[in-house]
Amino acid sequence: MPPLSVNNRDMRFKKGRGPKDAKKTIKRLMSYIGKQYKLRFALVLVCIFFSGIAGVLGSMFLKVLIDDYISPLLLQENPVFDGLLRAILIMFIVYMVGTLSTYLYNRLMVVVAQGVLKRIRDEMFAHMQTLPIKFFDTHTHGDIMSYYTNDTDTLRQVMTQSLPQMFLAVITIFTVFFVMLFTSVYLTVLVLLFIAFMLFITKKIGGMSASFFVKQQQSLGKLNGYIEEMINGQKVVKVFCHEDEAKKQFDAYNDELCENATQANVYANIFMPIMANLGNIQYVLIAIVGGALAVSGIGGLTLGAIASFLQLSKSFTMPITQISQQINSIVMALAGAERIFSLMDENPEEDDGYVTLVNAKYDGDKLIETSERTGIWAWKHPHKDGSITYTKVTGDVRFYDVDFGYDENKTVLHNITLYAKPGEKIAFVGATGAGKTTITNLINRFYDIADGKIRYDNININKIKKSDLRRSLGIVLQDTHLFTGTIKDNIRYGKLDATDEEIFKAAKLANADDFIKRLPEGYDTEITGDGGSLSQGQRQLLAIARAAIADPPVMILDEATSSIDTRTEAIVQKGMDALMKGRTVFVIAHRLSTVQNSDVIMVLDFGRIIERGNHEMLIKEKGRYYQLYMGAFELE
Amino acid sequence: MIKQLAGCVRQYKKYALLSPFFVTLEVVMEVIIPFLMATLIDKGINEGNMNAILNIGGLLVLFAVLSLTFGALAGRYAAKASAGYARNLRHDMYHNVQEFSFSNIDKFQTSSIITRLTTDVTNVQNAFQMIIRVAVRSPIMMIFSLVMAFSVNHKISLIFLASIPFIGIGLYLIIKNAHPVFERVFRTYDVLNRIVQENLRGIRVVKSYVREEYEKSKFEKVSTQIYRDFSTAERIVALSMPLMQFGSYISILFISWIGARLIVSSEMTTGQLMSIITYASQILMSLMMLSMIFVMITISRASAERISELLEEKSNLKNGENPIYEVKNGDISFKNVSFGYTSNKICLSNINIDIKSGETVGIIGGTGSSKTTLVQLIPRLYDATEGEGFVGGENVRDYDIHTLRNEVSMVLQKNVLFSGTIKENLRWGCEDASDEELVRVCKLAQAHEFIMSFPKQYDTYIEQEGTNVSGGQKQRLCIARAILKKPKILILDDSTSAVDTRTDSLIRKAFREEIPDTTKIIIAQRISSVEDADKIIIMDNGSVNDVGTHEQLLERNPIYQEIYYSQMKGGDKSAAVISK
Repeated sequence: MPPLSVNNRDMRFKKGRGPKDAKKTIKRLMSYIGKQYKLRFALVLVCIFFSGIAGVLGSMFLKVLIDDYISPLLLQENPVFDGLLRAILIMFIVYMVGTLSTYLYNRLMVVVAQGVLKRIRDEMFAHMQTLPIKFFDTHTHGDIMSYYTNDTDTLRQVMTQSLPQMFLAVITIFTVFFVMLFTSVYLTVLVLLFIAFMLFITKKIGGMSASFFVKQQQSLGKLNGYIEEMINGQKVVKVFCHEDEAKKQFDAYNDELCENATQANVYANIFMPIMANLGNIQYVLIAIVGGALAVSGIGGLTLGAIASFLQLSKSFTMPITQISQQINSIVMALAGAERIFSLMDENPEEDDGYVTLVNAKYDGDKLIETSERTGIWAWKHPHKDGSITYTKVTGDVRFYDVDFGYDENKTVLHNITLYAKPGEKIAFVGATGAGKTTITNLINRFYDIADGKIRYDNININKIKKSDLRRSLGIVLQDTHLFTGTIKDNIRYGKLDATDEEIFKAAKLANADDFIKRLPEGYDTEITGDGGSLSQGQRQLLAIARAAIADPPVMILDEATSSIDTRTEAIVQKGMDALMKGRTVFVIAHRLSTVQNSDVIMVLDFGRIIERGNHEMLIKEKGRYYQLYMGAFELE
Repeated sequence: MIKQLAGCVRQYKKYALLSPFFVTLEVVMEVIIPFLMATLIDKGINEGNMNAILNIGGLLVLFAVLSLTFGALAGRYAAKASAGYARNLRHDMYHNVQEFSFSNIDKFQTSSIITRLTTDVTNVQNAFQMIIRVAVRSPIMMIFSLVMAFSVNHKISLIFLASIPFIGIGLYLIIKNAHPVFERVFRTYDVLNRIVQENLRGIRVVKSYVREEYEKSKFEKVSTQIYRDFSTAERIVALSMPLMQFGSYISILFISWIGARLIVSSEMTTGQLMSIITYASQILMSLMMLSMIFVMITISRASAERISELLEEKSNLKNGENPIYEVKNGDISFKNVSFGYTSNKICLSNINIDIKSGETVGIIGGTGSSKTTLVQLIPRLYDATEGEGFVGGENVRDYDIHTLRNEVSMVLQKNVLFSGTIKENLRWGCEDASDEELVRVCKLAQAHEFIMSFPKQYDTYIEQEGTNVSGGQKQRLCIARAILKKPKILILDDSTSAVDTRTDSLIRKAFREEIPDTTKIIIAQRISSVEDADKIIIMDNGSVNDVGTHEQLLERNPIYQEIYYSQMKGGDKSAAVISK
């Protein structure tokens, strides 16, 4: 069966490559089949065996038909066809068993292949969720996407088509080989020699085809990359009247691809005619040699034997041609599988935390754990001696001499020490790249610090289970990301069991209620394409509502209002201040009006805190903050 | 649609026709070869005639070589035609997209344009190759084989009249039932891809909210759906192999039975029997191939439709007759301008503004007050729905679009740098600008300093989408790029939002001093960015609320006052608790 076009739905941006350790990959792939579908797969093999045998018996039937029935019948005066009829009936049964087996293995294999693929997809996605942020920083989205599209698709093709075909071919080759050997050793040797020649040709053409294929993939990647970049910037192209240059460059890439694609396809296309006709030539060769042997009486060959041997040699070369045609897609699939496995082998986020976040209530003075949502949270801290202590979550966050670098040899944060007391609003101000966002990335442990200590409610954050740590922090990020679904769904993301009333309340608090109500379907309006139909400011309001509904003890607002006009921002801030009363808030902004009313403002410069204090203090200090402030308001 | 897509074959038409031509010749050889093989057995082997074996064998080899040659040529031309066809499709689409106006781009959306240019083309290319090779081959093969079979022995060939319709109808039913399921599978695939994509983009959100399990269950639901649909579809397709086998096995048995009787009654030879069996398998195989082609074509139909849509789209902005190729000065005026992206939703209503050449104009207003929409009408990125816009005293529609856009330089809010060096990026503004010129504009845009701090300075390589420079740096590079055009009008659409206030004011100072004759329009959130402008336009809900200087507006305009105080005081919280 030719491939359905699923595998073409996305393209490879990566260079063409072959599997590095095919054996290991195959083994691992087979273990997926083995784990779940041992019995089914065994049955598949049995069915393939029967199907193959039926095929071989079929091709030998002709010899039997001619030698054992037709030739004797020719000699009879009054031919009796009873024997022939019996033979045909037997053959009918053999064929029906073969057909049934074919149906069974095809059908069983569908479930095996799709089941394994589903499992691989699920595992891959599940594992991806555990990977550290760093992984996503260092891999492009297109690249990761291709694991799910191209790589799984090539796998699907190989499992439903190539794999059974390979087994079938192997079984056919073996049986036919033995029958051939039985018929004539000399001719078998001849066939083998010829097959060796064919394999040699295969390797030659295959090698050429592969090298052009790699080139094709490379130029396809280049062209697609160019298309992606330019179409994404198409509006800039228009504004700069850069259309002609864009066309010129595009044409160059396009022509290069056309060139390489032609070459690659030429080799792929001429492969089949060459192999098929080599098979034909082999046929003649056998006929000549066989005829000569028969005529000269060497090897005891009968004419009927030669006729049937000719038929056999066809059955022998056909599966070999088939396999050699499959090789290309098998290599591709193995490379894909290897990539998938390498994703699954990526190290997940390290998490040695054992302190967990629990709902708590007061039993007298003592905090005790409870399953209800009380609004009071506690850190459950099991100790080595088996005792458990509970610490109330207050939102006290302290940094002690923290150093950090995304790259080991490039430190971006130096000696950061800060205390955020419960209920305080802490602001970070500074130029882009000063390290503001980095600090918050350390609090929620998107990255781990290189040196120093961070304590949360006096617990080293390394001891807190990551998921619980993050659950205690509400974060609104600079780049708002929404998910396909209704507005309601998106707000509910902050608290999955939120009621509609809670959603409305959160939206009102974020001042998003107004614009949501004006949307065609209100709260049930579908958001698609990352909320592309909403303005950046509206998306930020939704993100704030999403964080508000989660109602966390600590909130981090990273440029959360940068695209909201200052009037609206003031309203949102009022709401947020009310919500976060008594809780800790970290605010990052380049707009000073956003941070002015903070309890502590930290001015960051090149990864160091250069000033700290509240607005009045910093103004008095006449340092960097003062300069920034005056830069913003040249009133005189 | 087909006509339009077929039109893209152009210079590869020769190859597109040569390929089926050689396929036909190849098929003829392939049909003759079994006939010769039969003769070889009958006349040569069965009679032990070495001469006949050599003669017929030689003939066979000749035909095999011919078949190989024709096959190889057909393959070669098919490759040339299909790769060339894909090239033309991409070329036509991309060139057409370059003519698109902003509203054309909005209509299709960037991601969809990209898919059409990449995945869809590959699908159509494959289908095209299939059509010119296999779709021609299978029916010809079937017909020739049938003819040969009948000419060898017409009695026995009557079997095919039963088996071909039987298998044909069976395959048709399989396709008919499987096709809608496959279509469903592809739609679900899109959902799966979308979930992965959203998770990649929003991974920080997922992790922050600890929604890994939630996302997993979302994913698993879709992957289960795919598993189910795909299994259903493939289970239906799994019937085709056994159906084929059943058909051909039964045919062979009948051929054997009848053949044996015919041979016994000397109406046929054993060699002929063998060739009939070969023809049988050839006929049935071509049926099978034909059915697969139908599946392929129906699947690629969607892609073909999408490509055709893109090719058909014509830009709705065109140069008028006798366009003007010179913009006199930087005057701008809007007379009763209204605009809506779609006909039923007005974003701008009745705008009247006058801006003199060389003025600096600030535009300020709340989220969604259509500030961006307003300025996009100046370089005619969109056409006003009602009313008229004038630049340099002439209606914007009367200009040659390129002339207008070269004189009206705009820094977009969502701006993009392209992969390439800083120099290359800057030269978008002016291709033949000298290095000194580049330094001058970068100094003006306050970008020179940070560029010089990079090890490779102006030759620093910018990654795709400018990911290796900060937001503020990117904005300054974009401003420099826009100034390099030496425009008469410069529009900054919230282009200094990530630049700190000090640098922001330096940029404005440089504008005042270095390019005094250029009209400057600045959209901003910060009052500080516009307060020294000659006039400030306040936008509110798609209309001009007020125009005036900072002082005037501060005195009389409540919106302006509110914005001003919100930025001055930062909320209503007064004294803050002093902490460490």
